[in-house]
Amino acid sequence: MNVIALSPFDLAVAALLILALAGLSRRLQLGVERQLLASAARSTIQLFLIGLVLKVLFDNVHLVWVALMATVMIVVAGREVMVRQKRRFVGWWGFGVGTVSMFVSSFTVTVMALLVVIGTSPWYAPQYAIPLLGMILGNTMNGISLGLDRLTQDAAQKRSIIESRLALGQSWQQAISDSRHEAIRVGLIPIINAMSAAGIVSLPGMMTGQILAGIPPVEAVKYQILVMFLIAGGTGFGTVVAVSFAARRLFDERQRLRLDRLSSPKT
Amino acid sequence: MAILRLQQLITRHVGPIELSVAAGECVCIHGASGSGKTLLLRAIADLDPHDGEAWLDAESCSSLPAPDWRRSVALVIAESQWWSERVGDHFAMGVDAAWMEGLGLPTDALDWQLGRCSTGERQRLALLRTLMQAPAVLLLDEPTGNLDQESTQRVEALLDDYRRQRQAALLWVSHDTGQIDRVAARRFILRDGQLAEEARP
Repeated sequence: MNVIALSPFDLAVAALLILALAGLSRRLQLGVERQLLASAARSTIQLFLIGLVLKVLFDNVHLVWVALMATVMIVVAGREVMVRQKRRFVGWWGFGVGTVSMFVSSFTVTVMALLVVIGTSPWYAPQYAIPLLGMILGNTMNGISLGLDRLTQDAAQKRSIIESRLALGQSWQQAISDSRHEAIRVGLIPIINAMSAAGIVSLPGMMTGQILAGIPPVEAVKYQILVMFLIAGGTGFGTVVAVSFAARRLFDERQRLRLDRLSSPKT
Repeated sequence: MAILRLQQLITRHVGPIELSVAAGECVCIHGASGSGKTLLLRAIADLDPHDGEAWLDAESCSSLPAPDWRRSVALVIAESQWWSERVGDHFAMGVDAAWMEGLGLPTDALDWQLGRCSTGERQRLALLRTLMQAPAVLLLDEPTGNLDQESTQRVEALLDDYRRQRQAALLWVSHDTGQIDRVAARRFILRDGQLAEEARP
């Protein structure tokens, strides 16, 4: 592999773009220069830190460290899903619904890919496990938070309809079915769009990165296809699990719609 | 034939309520807005968490699966709700043509789009939708609230027939004292969370 290493000077040139953009923002009084500089600084620090962590992890290959890293990633993703909800479940459920479903789908898909498809040795080789999990988790997180957000808002909006269906003797599954289908569909739209546009409208980031790093394009493409399918699987199953869990939680043991289990809408 | 009996029923600021409605009896409830008439009906239909118990003959609400209870003790809410575009999609068991006619609805109404129906038509269709499930008890929340005089009479007549033929128990919330005079065997006012029986005028 002939990787062209980037010098600090190379990065500094790219950073000039951010500075120039901040200058323009100030000049036009857009008021985003602070946010822009802060987020650029944040991403620099965060990425360097994760680079260091990964370096340590790659040098000390041990299941415990990989598992610890994966746990941190999933907890942060779970929190992110919770924060993005307009109306979230009160108590532990707010955090639990998203986190458990992400755990179920992302971990299963990643482990399957490592064991069956890539066949690394050891199977938890962090160089493969962590980036794969990261990509799958990031996308699953999006699908789940979109799906959950739609489900809870839809249920709140259609409360009278759902309760009418209950009053007619329908089960909670029938009464919520329309909202549930819609929520799952909404969660899946981004990955479906990404797959249809891949290669024509956009060159996916992972593949581009590999090509820049000197991997032959066709090899990079194969990895990208693998990753796309894994992401689609993780997102799809994760969203189905999360939305189904959440739909169940919206009803109590007497099949009453319990919107009081949701927080009041954030403004 | 079934008797509805409420035992120490408490829901939010309403109760404890003791009441029984015999088979074939129509009991009316009226009261100021916010007195909790709708809350009471919702609790009986087990749509809200509540204390106390409701009985249908010897069977208690909590001993039956909730959907079974709600099919037997059916709530018809004031503002009818629909989830599909076509009227007929909401009638899983078809519809009784005689009842349609009785309510002044044409027999092809099942093919209508809901967007085309007036509020009054929807309200009558919603009542039919519930009656088709042959409930033993009807909990009616202002079933003629959006209807003109003629339609109101039709609804009253149909409910009267249903009550006699099926020996159904009716618990009917209405703010129209004329209507209460026409349909009620017994009448109550809901005030400060308690039911008080009123004499027939």
